Amino acid sequence: MTDETLTVSHAAYDSKIEGNIIFTRLDAAINWMRKNSLWPMPMGLACCAIELMATASSRFDISRFGAEVMRFSPRQADVMIVAGTVTYKMALSVKRIWDQMPEPKWCIAMGACASSGGMYRSYAVLQGIDRLIPVDVYISGCPPRPEALIEGLLKLQRKIDTEESFKAQKQETVTA
Amino acid sequence: MSIANDLKALGQTNPVVFRGETTINVGLSALFPILERCKELGYEMLLDISSLDHLGLEPRFEMVYELATLDDSKHLRVKTKVAEGVDVPTAVKLWKTANWHEREIYDMMGIKFAGHPQMERILMWEGFPYFPLRKDFPLAGKESMMPEVAFSGVAPLEGGPFVTSPGSTRESGEPRARG
Repeated sequence: MTDETLTVSHAAYDSKIEGNIIFTRLDAAINWMRKNSLWPMPMGLACCAIELMATASSRFDISRFGAEVMRFSPRQADVMIVAGTVTYKMALSVKRIWDQMPEPKWCIAMGACASSGGMYRSYAVLQGIDRLIPVDVYISGCPPRPEALIEGLLKLQRKIDTEESFKAQKQETVTA
Repeated sequence: MSIANDLKALGQTNPVVFRGETTINVGLSALFPILERCKELGYEMLLDISSLDHLGLEPRFEMVYELATLDDSKHLRVKTKVAEGVDVPTAVKLWKTANWHEREIYDMMGIKFAGHPQMERILMWEGFPYFPLRKDFPLAGKESMMPEVAFSGVAPLEGGPFVTSPGSTRESGEPRARG
């Protein structure tokens, strides 16, 4: 563990547990747990979904980064990977699935279509999924290579690391 | 049987032959009997139905039926002109594959088919107010809203539509904004 916020304690008050105690901030601990076990909701809508599958498979192996548990139930997922062209016919279904995901949740817009409509400047295609749901990471490419998706995932992990998760949670409890 | 004999059996004296492809033009009232006769003559496969929008001309629309024999030895194209608001007799009774082709044409062009078992949209949602492949429908689309079902918006074209033009050099053939 090289993270500055996580330091191994050498407080020698009990020789049995000496060296096994970690002092940290709660935020850092929560974020560390969250970012290393992201459960993706694979919103595969077009050819990007093929690259998403490749990323999950043995050659690129997204489980090296703790995000291999693809869940097809939105209630068990924390990151929606919108992989592909979002047509207007599909748009409200994507929104509905997003709404069913429990907080905290994040969204990756994978590829040109999900980010901006891509080459489909047309009557049938939503011009970017960010018109309906908030997007944390945009990945360029048509489709992006698995390396790009992994880079996007690492960017999201870095973003999660900066969140004040405990504070946000506490505020929710007070208002509820 | 050659195509020439088939045309004789169909009573077609002036077919259009272009690059080995034979096309016959028939009136709307003669369309269904002709298609029926074609099937009897061995054109058992309906490859495709498409439609054209000749905006500004009368009649406005044109239907195109692509027929073939099962051994692929003969192809025949049947065309007919259709005025706006006029129904076309369905070909579902002859070829079941016509079902979805005709629904797509209804969805995209707004041509209705009389006698079709399920005359509904197939790609766009039921209730979408436009026919997007008509020539007077803008490429960028139009706004529409059906709460809880779907909505549509106008796509930014940024000076487009970008079209390729036939050109001798690679540079002049690249996509450019029209105009």
